[in-house]
Amino acid sequence: MEKDIVLEAIHVSKTFKDPISVKVIKDNTFTIRQGEFVSITGKSGCGKSTLLYILSTMDTDYEGDLMIAGETMRGKTENQLARIRNEKIGFVFQFHYLLNEFTVLDNVMLPGLKLNRWPEEEVRQRALEKLEILGIKELAGKMANLISGGEKQRVAIARALINDPSIIMCDEPTGNLDVKNGLMVFDIFKELAEKKQQTLLVVTHDLEFANNTHRIIEMEDGRIISH
Amino acid sequence: MNFKLTFKIAKALLLARWKQTLVAAIGVTFGITMFIALLSFMTGLNDLLDGLVLNRTAHVRLFNDVKPNPHQPINGSDAYTDSYNFIRSIKSENSRLEVYNSGAILQALRQDKRVKGIAPKITAQVFFNDGAVEITGVINGIDVVAESNLFHFADYVVEGVPLDIRDVSNSIILGKGLADKLQANVGDVVHVTTGKQQQFSLKVVGFFQSGMQEIDKIQSYASLATTQKIMGKPGNYITDLQIKLTNIDQAPMVAKEYRHLFNTDAEDIQTANAHYETGSAVRSLISYSVGITLLIVAGFGIYNILNMMIYEKMDSIAILKATGFSGNDVNRIFIYIALSIGLFGGLLGLGLGYVFSYIIDQIPFVTPSLPTVKTYPIDYNPVFYFIGGVFSVITTFLAGWSPARKASKIDPVIIIRGK
Repeated sequence: MEKDIVLEAIHVSKTFKDPISVKVIKDNTFTIRQGEFVSITGKSGCGKSTLLYILSTMDTDYEGDLMIAGETMRGKTENQLARIRNEKIGFVFQFHYLLNEFTVLDNVMLPGLKLNRWPEEEVRQRALEKLEILGIKELAGKMANLISGGEKQRVAIARALINDPSIIMCDEPTGNLDVKNGLMVFDIFKELAEKKQQTLLVVTHDLEFANNTHRIIEMEDGRIISH
Repeated sequence: MNFKLTFKIAKALLLARWKQTLVAAIGVTFGITMFIALLSFMTGLNDLLDGLVLNRTAHVRLFNDVKPNPHQPINGSDAYTDSYNFIRSIKSENSRLEVYNSGAILQALRQDKRVKGIAPKITAQVFFNDGAVEITGVINGIDVVAESNLFHFADYVVEGVPLDIRDVSNSIILGKGLADKLQANVGDVVHVTTGKQQQFSLKVVGFFQSGMQEIDKIQSYASLATTQKIMGKPGNYITDLQIKLTNIDQAPMVAKEYRHLFNTDAEDIQTANAHYETGSAVRSLISYSVGITLLIVAGFGIYNILNMMIYEKMDSIAILKATGFSGNDVNRIFIYIALSIGLFGGLLGLGLGYVFSYIIDQIPFVTPSLPTVKTYPIDYNPVFYFIGGVFSVITTFLAGWSPARKASKIDPVIIIRGK
C-alpha cells in the first residue's frame, strides 16, 4: 500500500533577478511520502539549500506549486504560512539557533506553546519526553548557551519534534559537528525514521551521510537529476 | 496569539540585556522626573506670582470714574441728531466718586448666585504728617472680615491683629514702607491731613506688607467707619464694590451686565490684569515644551537600544519565525519590550518626580515681600502625573514602533543561510 504523500513539489522553479536574471531552481517535480528518510545532495551552489527553503515555506518567491500534507502553499498569507511551519514542519539547521536567554526546556517548549494546542503543563511533559528520546533529559534546566555543540544540535532536534510535525527539514545538520557527534545525530535521525515513522528531508553534501538514508535526491545546476 | 508567551519572550530578551534596558528606562525616568518636578515647581511659582496680584484683585469692581459726561447737551438737540458732533476740550464733570445707592446694589448682589462675596471699600487720599514733612498716602476703608475672606487681607498683616481696625476706634494699619518712613511703631499715633485740610489722629495697630514695595509705601488700611469719619461722609458712602465670583471666567460678562444694571463703571479682572494671564500662559508653555523635549530625547534612547537589540537578536528572530512565529508576533514582542521600558521607567519617574517636588517644597524660600511663603511653592497637581504617565507610554510606543516593524520584516532565510 502506498503511503500518504507528505510533501509534493510541482514544477518548482526559482529565478534570482538581481543583479541579472539567473534561474537557480529549474522545474523540479517530486514527492516525499510518510516515513521516508530523504537526503538532497549535490555540489556547493547547485541549489539544494535554495530548494529546501522553498519547500520550508520561508521563501515564497518561486514558480510552480508546493503541497504540504495535501494542501497547496500558493496564495497563503504570511500568518498562515507561519502557522503551517509551526504545526507541520520541524527545522534543524547547520547552526543550532537556540535562544540563549532561555533554558534548554524552554527552547524546546517555545514552538509548542506557540501552537497552543496543548496546555502548558502538557507541552512541558512532551518536551521532557523528546529530550529523553534524545538522551539529554538531564540538561533540561540548563541555560542554552552553557551546553556543548553536539548537545545543542540535539536540543534543536528535540525542538523540531515538539509539535509532531509531518516532516522535519534539515540543512546540513552535521556540518558544524565533529565525526562522533555527526554520527550520533545521524543515528538519531535513522531511529526517528525507522521506529517512529518520522518523515525527514535532509540537505547535505556529506555523501556518507546521504548514502545511509533511504533515498537520495541528487541535484546538479538547479535540476534534480535522480530521485 | 498567546499573550503570556509573547510576554515571556519579551521579558527574556529584556533581561538578557538588562544593563541596556536599565539605561533606556533611566532615560525615561529622568525625563518624567524632570517633567513632573519642573511643571510642579513652575506652576507653583506661577500660582504664587499670579496670587500676588490676582488673589487681592476683585473679579469685578464697581466704581465711579472721573471722566467727561458722555451725554453732552448738543447730542440731545433735535436739530443735530443726524450729524456727527465734534466737541473739543470737554472737562470731566465734578461728579461724586461714590457708588450711588450702594445699599440697594449690595442687596441686589447678595441675591446673585454667581457672586461668591462682596467687599465694600473706600479710597481716601491723605497726607501723613511727620514733623514738617508731608507724605502722600492712601487710606483704604475696608470691611476687614470680608476683605480677609475674599482677598486674604489678614495674611499680609505682618504685625498686629487685623481685626483691631474694626474693634479699636480711630485705628489704622500702615504699609510697612510707609511705617518706616513715618518711623511709626505699633501703638504710636500718626497724624493725617485730608484733602479738605482736616486733621486726624489715628492709632497704629499693625503693619501690612503686600510684597510690592510701591504699594507698601503708600497704602494703609482703616475700617469703613473710620474712613467715612475722616472724609466727613455719611455711613453709606462707598467708592468701590469689590466682587468675587464663583467662576472667574464669567467676570467680563458679569461686568458688562452690571455696568448697565447699576449704571456705574465696572471693570473685570481679565481686562485689568491682562498681562498676568499672558505671563502664566507663556511660562506654562515653556515648562511643557521642556518636559516634552526631555521625553522625546528619552524616546530616541529607546529607539537606539531597540535597534541595537534587533541587530544582536537577528538569529533569535529568524528562528522564531522559522518555528512558526509570524511577523505580527515578532512585532508585538518588540512593542512589548518598548512599552515595558516606558511603563517601568515612567512609573519610577512619577515616583521620583513626586520625591523631587517634595524636596523642592522643603527648601526654605524666605523673602520679605512674601510674608506667607516659607518654602519654594509646589503645585502637586495630579494632572501633571497623568500627562507624564500617558506621555511616557506614548513616546516609548512611538520609539518602539519602527524597530518592531523592522524586526517583523526580517527574512529568516537570509539570516539562516548567511551562516
